[in-house]
Amino acid sequence: MSPLVLVRTSWKALRRNISRSLLTMLGIIIGVGAVIASMAIGAGAQAAVLKQIETLGANLVIITPGSVTSGGVRLGSGTRTTLSLSDVQAIADNVPEVAGVAPYSQTTAQVIAGGLNWSTSIAGTNTAYPEVGNWSLAQGRFFQDSEVAKVAKVAVLGSTVAANLFPTGAAVGGLVAIKGVPFNVIGVLAPKGQSGFGRDQDDVILVPITTFQQRLSGQTWINSIQISASSPDTVNGVVDSTERLLRLQHHLSPWEADDFTIRNIANVQQVRIATTQTQTLLLAAVAIVSLVVGGIGIMNIMLVSVSERTREIGLRMAVGARGRDIQLQFLIEALTLAIAGGFIGVGIGIGVSALVSRLGHWPTVITAFSVILGLVSAAGTGVLFGYYPARRAAALDPIEALRYE
Amino acid sequence: MRAEGYAKSGAPIIEVRDLSKVYGEGPSAVRALAGVSLDIFPGEFVAIMGPSGSGKSTFMHLLGCLDRPSSGSYRLAGREVAGLTRDQLAALRSRQIGFVFQSFNLLSRTSALENVELPMLYAGIPREERDRRSRTLLEEVGLGSRLGHKPSELSGGQQQRVAIARSLANGAPLLFADEPTGNLDSASSIEIMNLFRQLNRDGGITIVVVTHSTDIAAWSDRIVTFKDGLIVGDGPATAAANGGADGTSASQRRGEVRS
Repeated sequence: MSPLVLVRTSWKALRRNISRSLLTMLGIIIGVGAVIASMAIGAGAQAAVLKQIETLGANLVIITPGSVTSGGVRLGSGTRTTLSLSDVQAIADNVPEVAGVAPYSQTTAQVIAGGLNWSTSIAGTNTAYPEVGNWSLAQGRFFQDSEVAKVAKVAVLGSTVAANLFPTGAAVGGLVAIKGVPFNVIGVLAPKGQSGFGRDQDDVILVPITTFQQRLSGQTWINSIQISASSPDTVNGVVDSTERLLRLQHHLSPWEADDFTIRNIANVQQVRIATTQTQTLLLAAVAIVSLVVGGIGIMNIMLVSVSERTREIGLRMAVGARGRDIQLQFLIEALTLAIAGGFIGVGIGIGVSALVSRLGHWPTVITAFSVILGLVSAAGTGVLFGYYPARRAAALDPIEALRYE
Repeated sequence: MRAEGYAKSGAPIIEVRDLSKVYGEGPSAVRALAGVSLDIFPGEFVAIMGPSGSGKSTFMHLLGCLDRPSSGSYRLAGREVAGLTRDQLAALRSRQIGFVFQSFNLLSRTSALENVELPMLYAGIPREERDRRSRTLLEEVGLGSRLGHKPSELSGGQQQRVAIARSLANGAPLLFADEPTGNLDSASSIEIMNLFRQLNRDGGITIVVVTHSTDIAAWSDRIVTFKDGLIVGDGPATAAANGGADGTSASQRRGEVRS
């Protein structure tokens, strides 16, 4: 008997009793839905993290001031003012395998250009920043060391800022007023787009760190130092050398703790990936449990079906069906149920992922692999749990089956 | 009808020697068939009679390759059947044997046409051929206008005719009917027995009918009688087939359980 005929027959039988079929498939539907949704959420998070690594650079090392501990209350990182431009210079001069060192201080200000204004973040940095932050220029140029030394009032705009303040595109050569201080626009950054978690990285204005400190913030310390290691392999060496150097710079005794924190972007991302992997595993466990429950449901219904149709089985044997024909018939029925459930589950999984994306603002990615995995596990469940009922049907004695009431 | 009552031409299609069947083991064992020998020749129309528990159904199951004997020999068309595997028996049933049952055993929710196609599915007959043959067969049994009807839309006699068309689907030379009129009224019974007669006479099909109605047995050429697992009588049917016979006994109409 050709399997195609069997598939058609099973499909007809399945549609004839649609509510029973749907109830039977429920476990499979939930299981496959969970597989699809969990993989979509996991893949989305991973893609976001990877995108962030890509835009920030995998070799990035970030130094922030340590936290202040005052009377046992720790105020969080960045509350101390221990980092300075001399630290930046010391790292650049003394740590080998460093491709670039850039200070990074940040504030928020309302910026005016002509009749337009825009609230954005202002960052002070140095000439190493394009290298460290993985930026390139769309128009004009970046500021030079001489301009940093002279405390020049020059600014490089992120593409979002440029678009909002200079809608005609003539940003380079224009003037912007930041906190009342006029700056010459000398360049526009090439757009990077959103960071992995939704922040617009192009909504920024870069100015020389010296100008930032003296004209805009009045701070002598800096918010953070960003270092780009020469290659992913040298990141750990850079971290170690920098730590030793900064302890010397800050005159820390051996029994004093670091007054700064060094973070390696790759490590941070690995922790994030590990967290999402744990969540994915948890959902996968839910998926496996419901697939097993769904499989048992299928086995139950198939056993009921075998006993309901004992006489039919006897007749089929009498007219020439071999045991393996009967077995194949019931196996294909179980498989049809499972795969139909699998397709519904894929639909529900995609729906749930879309909902998570929309309501939870959590990026999700439906991969072909997850869809295939979902369908294959549904089919596998069908075969696994359809096998026993099918064996039982095939092993029936034709005479007893024909006499069965 | 043949002059001699039944004809013995050439080699027997069924050749049974000392066939026995025991159910169970030890002291509780039941000897359903206690060593039976019989020859049936191609083209014969044989009725097997006997009371409930006489072993006639067991005998038919063995002849129909639905069951395997405990001992003895059964040669079907010259081939020893006793030692065959389940799959080999299925192949024999598919090609050599047609079955007609008391309760018709049609697949419900399935058209007459598809019911007739069923044995051909297992015999691997291609689709167009299946369709063509089942149409022809249903026309031959007088149901050419009811091809798409489901069993529930057909009368008992019509359902049994679908079942007969099905039993002929793979061109089997041998047809077993187990109380074929047991669930039918007398008019339908006569129709069905006429159809068997015609298939036997015109198609040359060897027919074995199990019944415990003498009226039905009267349609055959030869009556084999069973009692207590043994053959106690074997001779030509004497009564005329067309004597306005009722075709069923009252007990069968009430649907009594057969042996």
